Amino acid sequence: MSKDIKINKGLDIKLVGEAAKTVSNAPKSRTYTIKPSDFHLITPKMMIKEGGTFNAGDPIFYSKANESIKFVAPVSGVLKEIKRGAKRVITHIIIESDGKDTFADYGRVDPATTSAEQLKTRLLSSGLWPFIKQRPYDIIADTDDAPRDVFISGYNSGPLSPDLEVVLEGKQAELQAAVTALGKLTEGAVHIGMPKNAKSIFAELNDVVLHGVSGPHPAGNVGTQINKVKPVNKGETVWTVNAADLVIIGEHLLTGKFNPERVVSVSGSCIENPKYYRTKIGSEVSTFLYDAGLKDEKARLISGNVLTGERVAPDGSLGFYHNEFVAIPEGDDYEFFGWNKPVFNKISPTRALTFSWLTPNKKYDLNTNTNGEHRAFVVTGSYEEVFPLDIFPLQLLKACMVEDLDAMEQMGMYEVAPEDFALTEFICISKQPHQAIIRKGLDLMHQEIG
Amino acid sequence: MGFKEKMNSLKEEYKGKKMAPAFNALHTFLYTPNETTKNGSHIRAADDLKRTMNTVILALLPVLVWGIFNAGYQYHAAVDAANGIIREPSLLGNFLTWDNFVIGAWTVLPLVIVSYGVGLTVEFIFAVIKGHEVEEGYLVTGMLVPLIVPVDIPLWMLAVAIIFGVIIGKEVFGGTGMNILNPALTIRAFLFFAYPTWMSGDKVWVHDAVKLAGTPDAISGETILGTYAANAEPVYNTFDMFFGFIPGSVGETSTFLIIIGALFLMFTKIASWRIILSAVVGAAVMGLIFNGIVDQGWITESSKFYGLMSTPFWKHLIVGGIAFGITYMATDPVSGSQTNKGKYWYGFLIGFFSIMIRVFNPAYPEGVFLAILLMNVFAPTIDHYVVQANIKHRMKRLKLKTA
Repeated sequence: MSKDIKINKGLDIKLVGEAAKTVSNAPKSRTYTIKPSDFHLITPKMMIKEGGTFNAGDPIFYSKANESIKFVAPVSGVLKEIKRGAKRVITHIIIESDGKDTFADYGRVDPATTSAEQLKTRLLSSGLWPFIKQRPYDIIADTDDAPRDVFISGYNSGPLSPDLEVVLEGKQAELQAAVTALGKLTEGAVHIGMPKNAKSIFAELNDVVLHGVSGPHPAGNVGTQINKVKPVNKGETVWTVNAADLVIIGEHLLTGKFNPERVVSVSGSCIENPKYYRTKIGSEVSTFLYDAGLKDEKARLISGNVLTGERVAPDGSLGFYHNEFVAIPEGDDYEFFGWNKPVFNKISPTRALTFSWLTPNKKYDLNTNTNGEHRAFVVTGSYEEVFPLDIFPLQLLKACMVEDLDAMEQMGMYEVAPEDFALTEFICISKQPHQAIIRKGLDLMHQEIG
Repeated sequence: MGFKEKMNSLKEEYKGKKMAPAFNALHTFLYTPNETTKNGSHIRAADDLKRTMNTVILALLPVLVWGIFNAGYQYHAAVDAANGIIREPSLLGNFLTWDNFVIGAWTVLPLVIVSYGVGLTVEFIFAVIKGHEVEEGYLVTGMLVPLIVPVDIPLWMLAVAIIFGVIIGKEVFGGTGMNILNPALTIRAFLFFAYPTWMSGDKVWVHDAVKLAGTPDAISGETILGTYAANAEPVYNTFDMFFGFIPGSVGETSTFLIIIGALFLMFTKIASWRIILSAVVGAAVMGLIFNGIVDQGWITESSKFYGLMSTPFWKHLIVGGIAFGITYMATDPVSGSQTNKGKYWYGFLIGFFSIMIRVFNPAYPEGVFLAILLMNVFAPTIDHYVVQANIKHRMKRLKLKTA
């Protein structure tokens, strides 16, 4: 029942500074930081006090709403500091590595012969559960719901996104273990979207339904693939897992250890030698950033994709779910008559004296300037050109802004995540924060409807 | 310290103060702001609302220039006609002349200046009172208004109409992007109903015709629609109508330049080709229906509708304001239909109703602006049904699963 996914609507954003396909080991980080804000809607309850010691894989906190969801330490060491923000909300949990890398041993599990119940308990206790996200709401999966299907995108189509063939190289066994385990936890199937006309490590996997994906970005977004294969209906739950996170899940099942190692692409026009680094979740970005070379001290540093990621400071850390890192120039400067003179060096979806339509393969060096001020929605019909889902983007955004729960539900809010609106946000002439609007709408729905 | 830095420090100084929006409007006119993205999409495309509006103004400029020359040309043509001389139009011979330009500029430019002056003043006042930025919507409205009124409209009337149109048509709803009706057409509708003698007849379309009325030098010039409505045959040939050597509102006469503007707007993706295409089809369909009725002999020459009903359907598209309305006002994204499917219906019905109103209302044959206002009101209804189709589709999927 494999089904190919071909989309026509979308936009490939080509940027300079793509990572060269070589992997280096990043220098070891001294501290590792876990930010509870990475786990949307989770309130952490600490299990270890400041100064407590642990092995890699030992739980350090759990979800206040659901004690069974544990979050574990990425490395062995000592809990150096718990930083709190307004209302004493925990913002950063800083761990000092002892450099010994001793692991808590959970014991090997053969996913093929283990029951679904046991597998689930293991994923929860060993800190692997947070890698599983769910739609609706785009949050960490609810432990009570049985997912209809599991979706994994094996194809990155976004700007400067890491090539999964590099990231996952040689991890066949880990991937297989992870998808077998996930397949046991769903009544449906594990769907994987892989590039249609290219070699893919996923082509060799068993126990999965493969879909050949082709078309412009956001073809590689898991939300697009779900919508084209089998959209989420009201009352259904679908799980999504990042392809790179499968490796961590799989390795744990095969070895019994929690090894949060990942290959991160370091790219962007402000990086001197853009390439891939092997590092760990939560490590300081400075470890690989200065090894790759930063051209501009004032550059915007982004943990995650340039369209969806999070801004970090030079002393910040790599996000929990991120396997890419981007540095692009800040655009905090004025441009004389920038609104009416012809534009050759920026991407534009229109041809209003903008000429990016002449050079579809040119790579652009974009900065973070918004190229205009925030306005009410005026222009119509442009979002649809880059939005392949069977949903009216403008109408859904407006429903979110006026908090009309009925309209949100009817117009497909259960199917979307903020990242699905990254491209409409990119081309928005009114410079509206689409992803923030959708996130707020999802949170409201989660709170009111559950 | 350069000019750029000076402006920046002024901006910081104004920050949070009452007059900040007024200053920022001028500042962002000179420089695109130094605003940067927050989280979410860290990069943004090049277009903003100013660029979008600017593109529409670019598409309107040829029409404005033509309107200026035509105002002078029509004056001289009417004077000649009063003396019994028939003028043959020639683009370089007697149209693009300095004399025409001076008369045209003297009558048309005050309209433009009053339109922008009054309209932007209202916008600035509202921005300062409500503490939001001055929005760009009026840049296009302010250019449209002088182009859809007769040349000799008294400036005070125009000013009153603009104040009414901007406040009632737009600001009470919350400003650009929130209005239900097209502001430019609201202004025209106000003029049309408040001062009908200045908006129709055979005296208002030519400069000085009203002033000279009743004197021995009296001149007149009727629009082609007026001639047709009176069941007469116009003196202008198709060539004159298409290129625009005819009397009419300032900007509506040259169908040729309007088509060029429409092609430019569609190519730049600023105007929706769906609306323009379907409106032309809608007008043609209605015109063909009327032509068919005349061919069947149901309506004869004795009928007061005969003149406009028997006008060939394609001629309807090149006379009156229909081409201008479809290109520059039906395509307004805010007051129009917002879904792609809805745009086909919206455009089609605008064309359809324009010709219908034109034929059945021979006293005021200009139907397009009423048709667009009518469809502005119904655009949300059209969108509602389009969105409902998507919702039903989703409900069906859900039922299929539970069944």
